[in-house]
Parts: sequence; structure tokens; C-alpha cells
Amino acid sequence: MNIEQSFKMAIKSLRTSKMRSFLTMLGIIIGVASVIILVSLVNGLSSEITSSLEAAGTNTISVNIMGRGSNKSFGADDMAAFIEENKERFKAYSPVVNAQATAKNGVDSVTTSVTGVNELYAGMQGVTLEAGRFIQFIDADRLQKVCVIGTYIADELFDGAVYADSTVKINGSSYTVVGVLEETADSTEGSGDDIIYVPYTTATRLAGNANVSSYTIAARDVANIDDTVDLIRTELYGAFGNENAYRVVSMSQMIDMMNEITGSIAVVLVGIAGISLVVGGIGIMNIMLVSVTERTREIGIRKALGARRSAIMSQFIIEAATTSAAGGVIGILVGAALSFAAGAVFDMSVAPSVGAVLIAFGVSVAIGMIFGYFPAGKAAKLHPIDALRYE
Amino acid sequence: MIRLEDVYKIYPMGDEPVHALDGVSLTIEEGEFVAIIGQSGSGKSTCMNIIGCLDVPTEGRYLLNGQDVGAMKDDEQAFIRNKTLGFIFQQYNLIPRLTVFENVELPLIYRGMGERDRQAPVLRALEKVGLVEKLKNLPSQLSGGQQQRVSIARALVGDPSVILADEPTGALDSKTGKEVLEFMRKLNDEGNTVVLITHDMNIAEMARRVVCLSDGKITEDRAMGRKH
Ligand SMILES: Nc1ncnc2c1ncn2[C@@H]1O[C@H](COP(=O)(O)OP(=O)(O)OP(=O)(O)O)[C@@H](O)[C@H]1O
Ligand SMILES: [Mg+2]
Repeated sequence: MNIEQSFKMAIKSLRTSKMRSFLTMLGIIIGVASVIILVSLVNGLSSEITSSLEAAGTNTISVNIMGRGSNKSFGADDMAAFIEENKERFKAYSPVVNAQATAKNGVDSVTTSVTGVNELYAGMQGVTLEAGRFIQFIDADRLQKVCVIGTYIADELFDGAVYADSTVKINGSSYTVVGVLEETADSTEGSGDDIIYVPYTTATRLAGNANVSSYTIAARDVANIDDTVDLIRTELYGAFGNENAYRVVSMSQMIDMMNEITGSIAVVLVGIAGISLVVGGIGIMNIMLVSVTERTREIGIRKALGARRSAIMSQFIIEAATTSAAGGVIGILVGAALSFAAGAVFDMSVAPSVGAVLIAFGVSVAIGMIFGYFPAGKAAKLHPIDALRYE
Repeated sequence: MIRLEDVYKIYPMGDEPVHALDGVSLTIEEGEFVAIIGQSGSGKSTCMNIIGCLDVPTEGRYLLNGQDVGAMKDDEQAFIRNKTLGFIFQQYNLIPRLTVFENVELPLIYRGMGERDRQAPVLRALEKVGLVEKLKNLPSQLSGGQQQRVSIARALVGDPSVILADEPTGALDSKTGKEVLEFMRKLNDEGNTVVLITHDMNIAEMARRVVCLSDGKITEDRAMGRKH
């Protein structure tokens, strides 16, 4: 008997007992749907992370100096000299000094992150201003107490009305507000709008340590960025003589690392969801065994009419695979619908990948075949006369 | 040619095994119409199952067209059943989920015929039994007599040389039973070997030869002058 015939027969028997078929498929539906949802969410999340990292520029290299002992150091001046020496490789750089601080204007007060940078930072990181100017060379050079504030700070401390002579008290000392950043994240707390930029020289005092420990560096060429990273590492190794004293990572390495992490999270989650596929497969096996018993007489008739073992075998395997595949298709549809819904709720671009859909379908067909094999074998081995006599 | 050589069928039933067939030797030539008659439990169905390659003898040989069926593999027996034998059962044995057409079509499917090639012989077989207009019905939508005619169509469709009928009229009233028997005779006139199993002497008289079974042994084997 050919496959098309078995397939038609399988569809027919699925349709004659809809409720049972649905319940049989339920395990597969749930399994496939959860795999699709998880893969979609993890994909959405990782592309979200990737794109926000990419927004910072794939040519960006971040340098962290942990230092080792007090006699060896690599300060902002050393970095400036190093960058200057290798101009052909570097487009720009900025020290990055992070500190938590309290910002006050009269009675209004917020705790926020203060970032110390130089004049090149805005250009490198694509920071744009709504009004005023960014930190300038002279600000850092002369340790000026000036700052550029995000819209969240502007709203909280000035009700949005910032003037040329507005000042803000950061940890007690007064800073002139020279610029306001463009809104990037609805001016919410903890977002990219909840930030104050000051000159890095000023920031080292706020942070309470004399040395700059982080830098953001823009490479001229993304193509040989790994060589550029090595160049910086060599320089720092020369200064510290210890690989653990510093960390140099390019943005593309960061993206790779992120993807590796989300990838392994995905594997674990999908593995867990896969368990329910196995449970679904056992459900199919169970119902197929019942079905073989119920249809013993039918099997006897078919054998009497000349059905070979392989014909009976393929009839039941195809029936199991069809059940499972139908469950798989429903699961894919349900999973895709829920993924899009979740995407809308979390405001992420969540879409099930074609690969995940194909694999889910393939796996559900395979599960049907694997778990249908035993019942089908049982049916095929029935002795014709015993099967015909079965009541 | 059907040839049973000292065939035993023994069912191990505790201390006292049942000898359903107890040394049966029987030869049926091509084109014969043989009735096997006997009381209930005399071994008629057992005999037919062996002739029909549905079961194998415990001892002795069964040769069908010179081939030893007992020595065959499962699939070889299936092939013989499909090509050489047509069954008509007492209980019709139609598959309830399938339509009349689909039921009749089964032997051809298992022969590996394509969908298009199956159409004509199925319709021809249904025409012979006068049920073409019912081809889309399910068995449950037919009367007993009609169902038996469907099973006859199914037995005929593959053009087998041997038709085996086990109490084909057992579940029918005498009139429809007669029709079915007429049919068997017609098949025999067309050159088929027909083996008819019954416990009713009146029915057995339709045949040209009657074999009597009793307790698994042949007690009588005689040729009949045709009635009518
Ligand atoms: N599978 C079996 N296991 C044990 N004994 C069996 C089996 N099949 C048949 N028998 C026995 O073999 C004997 C012959 O049975 P068989 O079915 O051939 O009788 P029959 O002549 O067809 O009777 P009936 O006219 O009632 O159909 C009976 O005694 C029956 O009990
Ligand atoms: Mg019987």
C-alpha cells in the first residue's frame, strides 16, 4: 500500500474521532508551542541586546583597568599618549568614570549615575543634545564643574525648564548645567535618560579614586579590530606585567559573548520544553496501542485480503506520524500567535524563526514515527486468523 | 489445485488437546464446486482457514498449486491470499469506517495497483453484485444481504482463482441466501474454484461435490448430480 493511501486513511481516522485525536495531540501541541515561544523569546531578547550593543558602535573597544599594586599604573595621560602614538588605528577615545551621586536642586533630589567623559564621547557613542553643548576639552583640562543632564533629571529637578545659568548640586558641590540630552527612553527612572555627564577629571574626584579605570575607544577599522584589541593588550601588559590587571573587549566580542550566553540559555529551555514532547510521544504510543487493539479485527481482515506486514506497519506508523504532525502544526500556530502576543506585550521584536518552525515540525513527525513504531509492529505481527477471530 | 495431505490441526487445551482436524486428506481440482458440510465444531472453519492460507497445519502438508503453504513466510502467504484467494465470511467482515467502494478496493490496494487502475475493476465487481449505486455508503447503511454482496464483490475484485465461503448465508434470510448461492454457482460456471462451507444439507446440494466432516475427519466425499 502506498504512502498516499495510508495518509488518507490516517486523516480519515483522525477525523472520525476528533476529541480523542485532539487529546492525543495535546502533549505535542504544548511541547511544540512552548519550544516555539521560548526560541522566539530568546531570539527576540538576543537581537534586542545585539542591536543595543551595535548601536554603541561595533568599532567600540572597552578597556577596564583593575590595576595591581600601587607602584604600577596606567593613567589617563598614558592612555592619551598611547592613543596618540597609534593614531592610524584609533578614531577617538574617552575615559569613562562612573559614580553614583545625589543630585539636588533646592528641595528636589535624585540619586543617579554620574559618568565622567571627555569631549569625544558624544561623537563616539552617538549622544545627541536637545539644548546647550556637551562636555568640552577645556572643561576636562581645567576641572570645570559643568554637567550635561538627561531628560529624566531635567524633569525631576527643573520640571523640564533648564536655563543657561541653572545649577545642580552633585554630592554637595555646585555644577553648571551646560546641556540637556535628547530624550531616548521616555524619560523614565533608571533609563538612558537618568544620567549626568561631567568632565572625567571632575568625576574622578566624585568617584573618590585618583585614576581613570575605564575607557571607551573607537577603532578606525572594524575589519582588524581583533588586532587592535591585541595592540591595547600588549601595551597594558607592558605596563602591568600581568594579564589579570586589565580587561580589553571589543563590542563584537561582547556581542559574541552575549549570543553565546543566550544560546546556552535557549538550549536549556528548549531541552526542558522537549521533555513535554517526549511525554506527548508517549501519549501517542498509548493511544496507538489502544487503537491497534480496537482494530484487531480490521487488521485481520486486511491481512486476509493480502496486506503484508509492511503495509500494516506503515499504515499505523503513518497514522501516528500524521497525528503527531497535526499536533505539531497546531502547536506551531499556537506558539507563533503567543510569541507575537508576548512581543507586543514586552515591546520586543519577537518572531518565531523559520528554522525553529521547520525543526519543530520535523521533530513532531519523528516523534510520531518513533512512538508509533512499537504499536505498529505489534499490529503487523498479528496472526491473521487470531486477528479475525478477535471480538 | 488444492491438496491437503494428512493434515492435523491440534489446539493444545490443557490435558486434552483438541484435534480440530484429525488427519484430513483432500484434493480439489481447478474449477470444482465443493461443499464442506458438518456439524458445529466438526472442523469446517479450521479446514477453510488452512485452505485460505490464514492458518497453517500442525502436522501434514497443504499444497496450493504445488506450493507448500506451511513452509512459506508471512508475506508470501499474504501474497498468495491476495492473488489466488477470495474470502466470503459469515460475518461479512467489512471495515466499518470505509465506504463500500473503499472496502471492495482493498485487495487491489494491497496488490499495489494505482488509484486510477483500481477504479474500473471495483465498479465492475460492484456491478456484478448490483450495488454500484451504493458505492459511497458505509457498511452500516446497508442491509445484511447487501453487506454480504459487498463482501462478494470484494472477494471477486482481484479475480482470484479460488473463492472460499464460510457459511455465507448464515446471517441471511432464505431468499437472500438463495441469491447469494446462485451467485456462487455463477462464479463456478465462470471457471472459478468454489469451496462452500455449510452445516445445511440443502445448501450443500448446490455444489457438485460434498465433503462431510465429523470430529475433524472426512466421513464422506461424494459427487452430486446438479439440482434443477
Ligand atoms: N483457536 C482455537 N483454540 C482452541 N480450540 C479451537 C480454536 N479454534 C477452533 N477450536 C476448536 O476446534 C474445533 C473445530 O472448530 P471449527 O471452528 O473448525 O468448527 P466449525 O465446524 O467451523 O463449527 P461451526 O459450524 O460452529 O462454525 C472446535 O471444537 C473448536 O472448539
Ligand atoms: Mg465455523
